Amino acid sequence: MTEEEKREAFQERIDNGEKIEPKDWMPDRYRQQLIRMMSQHAHSEIVGMLPEGNWITRAPSLKRKMVLLAKVQDEAGHGMYLYSATETLGVRRKDLIEDYLYGSAKYSSIFNYPTLTFADICVIGWLVDGAAIVNQTMLAKSSYGPYSRANIRICREESFHKKQGYEMLAKMADGTPEQQKMAQDAVNRWWWPTLMMFGPHDEDSPNSEELIKWGVKTKTNDELRQDFVDRTVMEAKAIGITLPDSELKYNEETGHWNFGEIPWDEFWSVIKGDGPMNRERMKARRKAYEKGEWVREAAMEYARKQKLKEEKAS
Amino acid sequence: MSTLDIKPETKNKILVEVMLRLADDRLIHGHRLSEWTGHGPELEEDLALANVALDMIGHAAALYSYAAEIEGKEDEDYYAYFRDDIDFKNVAMMELPKGDFAFTIARLFLFSAYSYHLYKDLIQTVEDEQLNGMLQKHFKEIKYHLRHSREWVLRLGDGTEESHKRIQNAFDEIWMYTGELFDLDEADQAAIEQRLFVDVTAFRNEWKSLVNEVLKEATLNVPDDDQYMFSGARQGRHTEYLGRLLAEMQFLRRSYPDAEWK
Amino acid sequence: MTKNSNNQSEWPLWEVFYQPKDGKPFEHAGSVHAADAEMAMQNARDTYARRSEGIAIWVVPSDQITASTTEDEEPFFDPANDKPYRHPQFYSTPRAVKKRK
Repeated sequence: MTEEEKREAFQERIDNGEKIEPKDWMPDRYRQQLIRMMSQHAHSEIVGMLPEGNWITRAPSLKRKMVLLAKVQDEAGHGMYLYSATETLGVRRKDLIEDYLYGSAKYSSIFNYPTLTFADICVIGWLVDGAAIVNQTMLAKSSYGPYSRANIRICREESFHKKQGYEMLAKMADGTPEQQKMAQDAVNRWWWPTLMMFGPHDEDSPNSEELIKWGVKTKTNDELRQDFVDRTVMEAKAIGITLPDSELKYNEETGHWNFGEIPWDEFWSVIKGDGPMNRERMKARRKAYEKGEWVREAAMEYARKQKLKEEKAS
Repeated sequence: MSTLDIKPETKNKILVEVMLRLADDRLIHGHRLSEWTGHGPELEEDLALANVALDMIGHAAALYSYAAEIEGKEDEDYYAYFRDDIDFKNVAMMELPKGDFAFTIARLFLFSAYSYHLYKDLIQTVEDEQLNGMLQKHFKEIKYHLRHSREWVLRLGDGTEESHKRIQNAFDEIWMYTGELFDLDEADQAAIEQRLFVDVTAFRNEWKSLVNEVLKEATLNVPDDDQYMFSGARQGRHTEYLGRLLAEMQFLRRSYPDAEWK
Repeated sequence: MTKNSNNQSEWPLWEVFYQPKDGKPFEHAGSVHAADAEMAMQNARDTYARRSEGIAIWVVPSDQITASTTEDEEPFFDPANDKPYRHPQFYSTPRAVKKRK
């Protein structure tokens, strides 16, 4: 088959809804786009451990402490599933990790904001994980088999993340005046950054069209964002929380909620590295990586010695 | 005093004391382990340490919850959030700062080896059914903690020069806090009489030979027992680290005691 | 920018399979990095059995797996499509026997 025929056959498989598996032929560009997108997703899970991890030692009840610890641990697990899936494309986790620690790879801008009160933990569960679920439910249908399967597993595990956050936020919104203040304040701070999680408007999103053509994504950024807003408005109302957008209004014609313009300047600035916590987050992850080096080395050296011993014995 | 003529309220008091001692060790250790979440040396180990922390905090919560039932407190959180450092009964080893990965592993190994023998004996002895059931459940997890930490002691001890040095230092540093694990005070004696606790000195040699065996295989030296040993934390005389740990752990709950946080 | 480029410390990749229930076949769960087999077992347990997904685990070094490719698909799997006689539905059963069930 010529390159062109291979491409056509590939596109045909995608259009038929078939899954592409690691050993299958795929256009280089498809592989590159997947590596970029999947590793970015993985990095986000890992950096995402930091803002929430910030409250594990201060959680206000043993139940909430265990829930939070289990949740942050899940994020590490999700990062692992995604790195594993990316590794099937012929790259190594170590290189991917070093590319975001010391190179140019990105992670979700949402994790560059600080968690100031315990209500932030609730709001991250409700809004940030809520947004992630909308995104990942779509990615579970992705054309690349390993990515699709990783997202199926993640969605299955993540449903509790949103529920626990929403449940606790409801309690705070219905609690003492101090709790109510914390709850509303956290929503005010996290609302717009959450909407930014879906990425720039479709017309400013250079990769979207290609990713949709290849079935890596099945919906556009703006479609997903609208989906999320529609669901969230009702959930906010149900627990007496106000979303900080005066333009939020139900549109009878479209059946969707209209919302105000996202502060895109802030988005681009945070993406570039200038957000409130970018430097802190990178510092913490680099430190963990560099301080872990001797541990990883020791394990390899021990394994090497054990192997030698076994060989000698036999 | 024999089992027959002790008043039920006294027996309950002894039972609560036993459970709080077990639980405080686990809560404080779990707290230190949880500090690794997001900062571990490799993702896989991040998950592993979080699992151990979850087990320990879970064990503590179950024990506190039973104690609360007996004492008529609202729930398990009373013991974690509303006692001061002089009321905490954990051994000092648990409250020491998390240190490097070698220190964390050394502590986890020594404590898991201790818990392994303690729980094995407790399950044979404790006559309170509810507590015994809990101990049996938790024992399974303790066995895994022992296996996981033992493997890491071997890898670090017999790994690279640097890892060997670090884990040896960790054992040397922590050793003065191991004596306290085997202290017996009046509360213990009363509990032993009621078949609610066991004589910890009885398995000291077994613990010691397990530790010796693993350290030897890991090419490490077992530190000298003939040195200053810290003691008194079970009776509330702690190191300076506990106060800071509790300040962090309890601040939010204590700032808003009337709020609902469950 | 300091890049840690020595590869002495990179743990190899292992594939993880778990048995969801007694008597069921093993399923592929995903993979983990680990320095040796015991560590791979423990990492698999901590990663893929957090929600009691399984009762037994296999781990195997990823580079020890040989997989078929798309090019293999036709010669490997298509011939089976022409052999209906391998399936029980291919055969008819007398009505009297069916009734007795």
